[in-house]
Amino acid sequence: MTGLLAAPAVLVVLVPFAAAATLGVLPGMRLAAWVNLAASGLVFLLACLLPFSPGDAGLLLRVDPLAATMAILAAFIGFTAAWVSIGCIAAEQAAGRLDPPRVRLYHALFQTYLGAVLLALLADNLGVMWVAIEAATVAAVLVVGLSRTHAAIEAAWKFFILCGVGIALALFGTILLTLAAGSVLGPGFAAMSWTGLARAAPHLPGPLLNLAFVFVLFGYGTKAGLVPLHVWLPDSHAEGPTPFSAVLGALAPIVALVALLRLRAVLSANVAAGGGAMAPGGALMALGLLSVLLGTISLWRRGDVKRFFAFSSIEQSGVIAFAFGLGGRMAVFAGLLQLILHALAKAAVFQCVGRAAQLKGGQRFTDIGGLIAGHPALGWLLAGAIAAVAGLPPFGLFVSEFLILGEAVLRVPWLALLLGAGLILGALGLILRLQSLCFGPPTKDCGPAPGGPALAAPAVHLVLVLLLGLALPMALGGWLYGIAGTFR
Amino acid sequence: MAGFALQLAHLLGGAMLVLSFVLLYQRRLSALITVYALQAWALGLAAAALGVAQGAPHLLLVGFVAVAAKGVAIPLMLRVIVRRLAIRRAIETALGVGPSMILGVALVALSILVVMPVTLQAVPLAREDLATALSVVMLGLVMMISRRSAISQVIGFMALENGLILAAIAVPGMPLIVELSVAFLVMLAFIVAGIFVFHIRARFDSIDVGVLDRVGGVLR
Repeated sequence: MTGLLAAPAVLVVLVPFAAAATLGVLPGMRLAAWVNLAASGLVFLLACLLPFSPGDAGLLLRVDPLAATMAILAAFIGFTAAWVSIGCIAAEQAAGRLDPPRVRLYHALFQTYLGAVLLALLADNLGVMWVAIEAATVAAVLVVGLSRTHAAIEAAWKFFILCGVGIALALFGTILLTLAAGSVLGPGFAAMSWTGLARAAPHLPGPLLNLAFVFVLFGYGTKAGLVPLHVWLPDSHAEGPTPFSAVLGALAPIVALVALLRLRAVLSANVAAGGGAMAPGGALMALGLLSVLLGTISLWRRGDVKRFFAFSSIEQSGVIAFAFGLGGRMAVFAGLLQLILHALAKAAVFQCVGRAAQLKGGQRFTDIGGLIAGHPALGWLLAGAIAAVAGLPPFGLFVSEFLILGEAVLRVPWLALLLGAGLILGALGLILRLQSLCFGPPTKDCGPAPGGPALAAPAVHLVLVLLLGLALPMALGGWLYGIAGTFR
Repeated sequence: MAGFALQLAHLLGGAMLVLSFVLLYQRRLSALITVYALQAWALGLAAAALGVAQGAPHLLLVGFVAVAAKGVAIPLMLRVIVRRLAIRRAIETALGVGPSMILGVALVALSILVVMPVTLQAVPLAREDLATALSVVMLGLVMMISRRSAISQVIGFMALENGLILAAIAVPGMPLIVELSVAFLVMLAFIVAGIFVFHIRARFDSIDVGVLDRVGGVLR
């Protein structure tokens, strides 16, 4: 038992759940926010140990480079969001939008969500992964509905029904995968593990894999916000407390797209061995491209700032799904890089927007404007974060989008045309809004201005995105390239 | 004995499908809850029968949990919600009974056409159960689309989950922990849904989900 507890993977999953249980009963609100931060920080430190203990970790968990990387990313975003939410939630409470029981619920659910996401990333068992994703969804639904306004309840209900149906389909796909694997690996846990599936991939019955892939694609595609399954996403991002929007917007696509990447590799291996499965790339690319185009078109004529950035998340999920669908080592590498950088940049955007909305007393474009004039630090950070998401040159997303587009031009030139048009239009939409938000005539303030500590988190995110764009460390690049080699 | 138990399990699976159709055309809320409870009982008994047939005692536990949670606890809570909220007894549908039945039949045909050919290598009788299970899932989806009341959407969702559990027990060797945690999560999801039904009622003074579209305009 002590050996089990010494494994970082087990601790990474257990600490958030233990923290959630503690936070559920902790009386002091100020203290709860700090406990939330401490737990998230501990989880991040433990996650950083993951790459040093690869392999089975017990309790159906398994650490491989992909899981370790994504768990570190998720824990880091959870940590910075916990940092931001100290000030943000206190301001919400002061404005009377949240009462103490709901603040307590918020902190407990925050840790539950983080723990469930980490469990989903580290689980080797498909069933456990599904259970974790469903648990994360239920926790997120509760957080989104926390403010109890009309719009929040509508958003939570849509989220619950649509994501509920989506992951129900994913469970059916998981059951079919187990059936397929069971014919080769024998029944029981062996037939439900990613490692088992990857090993047995060439011998699995192809037609059954196809059917399972379709269900899992649509199931987890819902969670990633791929069109036409994205309807829940804009509402839930707009209505949840903003630090949580940052977590939800960054982590939900990570979990879903990583699962799809793993399954895609299983199907590809089956195709390569002549097992009778279909090439999975086409379906992924189609959904990805559709998401890019619809997400981009929806950027125009938005009134609500958070909904605007939610549509930009749909676009970015589409870009990543397209890269994973394209396949090949370089495209998967670029997709992984895009996934990491976008999560960091989008979390920074939401962290800034949350404080701006509190400062200006509203989250519509008519409320927020000219931030740089009155609050230069917040304004410049938001401008930088939006420029990063738009994929402008000094930032890392320029590199990853350039790589994806380059691969697409080489292999699917006609689709590359559409993808390129989508990316450019999307960047244009973001830049137009950047001008009104940050450079336009300032609107009047009616809330507390964020202090320096609150802005530290988006600043760190932005510096990371910038550094990874200017000079990707050899070690990290090689590490990601190695992962891409495993899952191409 | 094992042969009889297997036949019984299939019969009960078929009964679940028939009950799904009943859910589709039933307009009265109390009858809807009864039919849902019956479907859960059929699921629980099917799991138990399969457990006997396959010599897998853990399926008996799965069956017991299905009956206790979905056959007894959830219907009871649903009735409490209906009484507490004084919801009108007849339900408005967004899609008429005729079209939704036709859609349902088409989806069952589709499920069979999709599942049967690709599972040739699977255990012979697991195939039929999988086809039935997918049909139940699809009919649950139709119910969620065709009903306007939040309560009947929840019932549709729960019926859909019944189909998923049927699929899980049809596949031999599915680990117990997976089945139990799915059942636990369904229960949890139901409680969350129940909380939100109360909130929807309190905020909008109706549980017709049509009211939820008020704020979802194009320009937001």
